[in-house]
Amino acid sequence: MNNAPPAPRPSPFSPFRRTSPWPARLDLLQSGSGLFLGLFMWAHMGFVSTILISPDAFWTVARFFEGYFIFGRPYPGLVSLVVALVFAVLVLHAFLALRKFPGDWTQYTVFWRHAGRLGHGDTRLWLLQVATGFAMFFLAPVHLYQMLVHPELIGPWESADRVWSGGFWPLYLVLLLAVELHGGVGLYRLAVKWIGFRDPASARRRLLFLKWGMTVFFLVLGLFSLAAYVKLGMDHADQAGERYRPVGVWNAPVQETRT
Amino acid sequence: MGRRLTLTVFRHNPREASSRPGTRDYVLDETPGMTLFVALGRIRDEQDPGLNFDFVCRAGVCGSCAMLINGRPGLACRTLTAALPERISLFPLPGFELIGDLSVNTGKWMRAMSERLRAWLHDAGDADPDRLEAPMEPATAEAIYELERCIECGCCVAGCGTAQMRPDFVGAVGLNKIARFHLDPRDVRSDADFYEVVGDDSGVFGCMSLLGCQDVCPKGLSLQTQIAWLRRTLARQGW
Ligand code: SF4
Ligand code: SF4
Ligand code: FES
Repeated sequence: MNNAPPAPRPSPFSPFRRTSPWPARLDLLQSGSGLFLGLFMWAHMGFVSTILISPDAFWTVARFFEGYFIFGRPYPGLVSLVVALVFAVLVLHAFLALRKFPGDWTQYTVFWRHAGRLGHGDTRLWLLQVATGFAMFFLAPVHLYQMLVHPELIGPWESADRVWSGGFWPLYLVLLLAVELHGGVGLYRLAVKWIGFRDPASARRRLLFLKWGMTVFFLVLGLFSLAAYVKLGMDHADQAGERYRPVGVWNAPVQETRT
Repeated sequence: MGRRLTLTVFRHNPREASSRPGTRDYVLDETPGMTLFVALGRIRDEQDPGLNFDFVCRAGVCGSCAMLINGRPGLACRTLTAALPERISLFPLPGFELIGDLSVNTGKWMRAMSERLRAWLHDAGDADPDRLEAPMEPATAEAIYELERCIECGCCVAGCGTAQMRPDFVGAVGLNKIARFHLDPRDVRSDADFYEVVGDDSGVFGCMSLLGCQDVCPKGLSLQTQIAWLRRTLARQGW
């Protein structure tokens, strides 16, 4: 078979070759960045889905993050800052996760065959993780760059126009699936990776149940939200580009466009 | 009337130039309480004296009879045919050197792994056979004994996607050994010393927590618990 015995390595007691501390740091960084992104993804979905309550609700959330209710006027740059941070963490996470990807044809086929033969859920989930992670290399930056340079265009009509008239909905649809599946599996994996369970079997059963529950919940929420934006975007297609003015919110400000 | 089983068995002798890897079907009648060990023994006695497979203890103690049973690593001597469908496929454990048919050289792999990880007790070097051994807390002794139950069957290596993809990965069996010596108060090695042998991507940080190991280990060792604990302990060595 293809398995050579493990190669000999320098003596653990050799004073000349202390192992690098970096594998430990990289492992922590990969898990940490994943945790941050996973929690961000859920929070983000919460904010985005306020469109299901009402356009005004979403408008309020969007202005809130621009500091409108603190400073009395919106600073979209604040959103750009957060986007830049998320972007940076995503790049870091992608770079670190890349180490775990199968590296060549042999590794892909070996893993594929192994997963097919074993019939083991957690092993198959890892393949899903690789596939969705790979998809996000291409999908996430498109969305993030858009948010980075046009943070002021987050609003009921603004977002809906981007989704429908701007032709973003197919990207958002695939991104939504990839993000929710990847994040759900990733957070589950983090738990089994770091937490020492007394009874791993039942802990995992419960975690998996929770994980799928969360994934289904956020996927449904995401799909409904996306549908709401599509609907809004269709209705608003004639006036695409027009900024939203809240109807029911107290003290509605005059929208400022960034110069 | 019992069932009639069809066993599809991998056949190949790598030392014979003319031998080509393939499978052969054997049909036999199931008997009450039949294990795969019994089934394979009958095939060798009655149908194919040339069939290679390993057994020593027939009781799940020696770890030599591990093989892929319908795709899943397991001990043949501990697997009742009654728990399996009528068609059973048997393949050698992947990831180990093939000796012939169902027989693989797990011993060679385990020895190389143990030497590489220095998986033996490193005491202070002052052992004295005439002195009474220092007593050990019963709880500690029990915890060590729990991890010592590993029989080095290799199922966890065959069930691990990481080990299959990356041949230099030490597998759950190796990480479990490190956890075992870490527990032992007689072992003088520090966390830094253990980090030295498993603190990289061929050791604990290579494990992707697929938990195939945990799910196939025939001794039911809680490998997830051990690996997560080792990961937390050794991650501190990054600072
Ligand atoms: S840890 Fe379990 S599966 Fe792995 S070698 Fe030991 S007994 Fe076998
Ligand atoms: S948890 Fe997964 S990757 Fe880690 S040793 Fe077990 S099977 Fe292999
Ligand atoms: S023959 Fe010893 S474990 Fe099966």
